[in-house]
Amino acid sequence: MTQTDIATWSGEIYQKLLRHRVRQVAYVPDAGHLHLIERCIESREMVSVPLTTEEEGVALLAGAWLGGDRGVLLMQSSGVGNCLNMLSLPRVCEMPLVMLVTMRGECGEFNPWQIPMGRNTEKLLTTAGVLTFPVDESGRLEEVVDSAMRKAFEGPSAVAVLISQRILGVKNFGK
Amino acid sequence: MDSERSKHYPLYRRQVVARLLRDRGDMLVVAGLGASAWDITAAGDDPLNFPLWGAMGGAVPMGLGLALSQPGRRVLVVTGDGEMLMGLGSLATVALQSPANLGIVVLDNEHYGETGMQSTHTAGNADLAAMAIAAGFPVCDTVWDDAGLEAALPLIRNGKAPVFLNIKIRAETPPLVLPPKQGVVLKNRFRLALLGAEE
Repeated sequence: MTQTDIATWSGEIYQKLLRHRVRQVAYVPDAGHLHLIERCIESREMVSVPLTTEEEGVALLAGAWLGGDRGVLLMQSSGVGNCLNMLSLPRVCEMPLVMLVTMRGECGEFNPWQIPMGRNTEKLLTTAGVLTFPVDESGRLEEVVDSAMRKAFEGPSAVAVLISQRILGVKNFGK
Repeated sequence: MDSERSKHYPLYRRQVVARLLRDRGDMLVVAGLGASAWDITAAGDDPLNFPLWGAMGGAVPMGLGLALSQPGRRVLVVTGDGEMLMGLGSLATVALQSPANLGIVVLDNEHYGETGMQSTHTAGNADLAAMAIAAGFPVCDTVWDDAGLEAALPLIRNGKAPVFLNIKIRAETPPLVLPPKQGVVLKNRFRLALLGAEE
């Protein structure tokens, strides 16, 4: 997967966010979201909100929904654990939540510290009542993000698209 | 740690919140879990109140999302010292966005009120207003008495930048006044009152 490929699917996801009238984009950065975050920051249709921890984003987007805005939360899988208690908010209130999660800790992971969260990301989200949509082919990403957002905003439901390291490439710290 | 001093602070939480919400107009209000949620309810339940029953640490970021979505409306977050301490990073997140329509009021009694009145860090040396300044809030203050509260009210109502007020209140346990508990009810009535019937 080259930077050009990542820029291509990031552009496709950005178009889907526009199509679904997403206005607030909350994020804790990840290298896999680099291009998408840049597109959202430049966007005149969106407000980009960098967070200090991912759970802030869950609460932020609940407030956004109360006020009539749609949002998405961008993060890497290690941030999912930070969100667990806060996920009770969209669940109890039946509010939409869209999480786009770039995976770490999968096959080929260089950093063993990423494995405990990475290996349990989907299980934890499912336990917390979030519908998961794993994707491991870049060609399917646009379609899956589209159907996940439809599910979230029409449900309303909490959903997470899990973007595999197969799509992102493996970070190896130059080794 | 001094767990006794806040038993002598002159301001009472229910009176403070009643003053904050008197003549609230169309202000949108989010309250952190526990006593702050009971306080806004005691001042008069309102569809444009969103009292949290959980999601500790989430009141301020929730207020931020609401303020960004409704730039034409005043948004007030009312929360406690324990709830604020759990989400301190969110002060930096708010300060970065700097929504002019957002006010944050912490009712600081230096205790966890729902769990047996254990001391919080503010009974020690933690200073929440100083933390808000350090996070980048342009307008911050600690309020100790009626005069300070009266002086701060215009900032909450008409401030031109995000406002953070730490209000030192007496450690006491007023009677429970509970808002609706069902999250779906709270959400639906808020959205209906603010946005009208769904398309």
